[in-house]
Amino acid sequence: MYHSPVRDLLVGIFVLFGLASIAYLSVSLGGASYRGPGGLELIATFDQVGGLKVRAQVVVGGVKLGQVSAITLDEDLRARVELNIDDQVKLPTDTSASILTAGMLGDQYIELEPGGEEEFLNPGDEIQYTQSALILERMIGKLVQNLGVDSSE
Amino acid sequence: MKVTPIQNLGQRATRWVLELGRFTLFTLQVLRISTRIPQRLRRLMDELYGVGVLSLAIVCISGIAVGMVLGLQGYNTLVRFGAEESLGAVVGLSLIRELGPVLTALLVTGRAGSAIAAEISSMVVTQQLDGLRMMSIDPLDLIVAPKALAMVVAMPLLSALFIVLGLGGGYLVGVFFLGVDGGNYLTSLEGAIEFSSDVMGSLIKALVFGVLVALIATYKGVTAEPHSAGVSRATTSTVVIASVSILIFDYFITALWGV
Repeated sequence: MYHSPVRDLLVGIFVLFGLASIAYLSVSLGGASYRGPGGLELIATFDQVGGLKVRAQVVVGGVKLGQVSAITLDEDLRARVELNIDDQVKLPTDTSASILTAGMLGDQYIELEPGGEEEFLNPGDEIQYTQSALILERMIGKLVQNLGVDSSE
Repeated sequence: MKVTPIQNLGQRATRWVLELGRFTLFTLQVLRISTRIPQRLRRLMDELYGVGVLSLAIVCISGIAVGMVLGLQGYNTLVRFGAEESLGAVVGLSLIRELGPVLTALLVTGRAGSAIAAEISSMVVTQQLDGLRMMSIDPLDLIVAPKALAMVVAMPLLSALFIVLGLGGGYLVGVFFLGVDGGNYLTSLEGAIEFSSDVMGSLIKALVFGVLVALIATYKGVTAEPHSAGVSRATTSTVVIASVSILIFDYFITALWGV
């Protein structure tokens, strides 16, 4: 059988483009590279995480610094959230963490607010000050209850 | 002697089980021979041209078209809820999880699977496989294994190309025609897609479909009846059986692994 070099070139180009597509899907879209170790691991405990999911964003002042790496229950039955953030950032020990919602029905994320302490959080440290997620249904429930009390008086 | 309906049923069942056993033996043989492929790299390259490069045009054009339709349909639905900025997630998730692997496999079945079955079965008709056996060359080694392996290699690559072009098609319609913000499209796309479940699942699906189409096409080719009607029957049943098994396997892969 005659082997044309053009044909081999086309096969090569096909394989190259295919692999490039897989790489694009995996790395750029799937974020396969972002999960490597070496980031700063912090722990925050919340009474209520609401709809927070693994891989939710962790932001400081609105800038994305990392993501939630795990959500588990600790022995006191509170939600223990592990955060994986950029280890170049130095956060004071009195940093607080709160769960917020992007928009009315958007995804939930964690906002860190740095405090004023001189010392910085080390890998594996726990964030002391946390604020749980607000659950819309409960707030509406309370509102309705209060309105009911007001009107009956 | 007259055959009773129950005997007829028994015969059919026996034939079906026999066929399944032959297919399993054939699969094992092809698997065993595929380990010898380094010596047949030249043949694999030739077959990759037939399966991969010649399927590129149909896969690319379909990918863009499907992405554009998804963009349009997704936008029309999302805009009712004022959520058109999540268009990227809708287009991306449907393409990566379902439409990319399944549609690519169906297209490749029609384009390359039928060609493999037709080629091998016409070799059966003209007794070329018997000729090879007479020269003590194993036709499974020279003809079947390179074709099957080329299909298995090409399917994930074609599926990934289909998905990337589909995402481009969705971007084209969403951003340029319908006025969704380009940054929003890409952010929601990146936010929705996870490597371990979505992308890996998509590649596994494409790989499984590649194995299915490869085995069915080559098996139907090799076992074709040696006359011209046998060629057409082999080709038709390849497309029918492969398409149906792709859709059935798709359900089970999704149900078992949740991808």
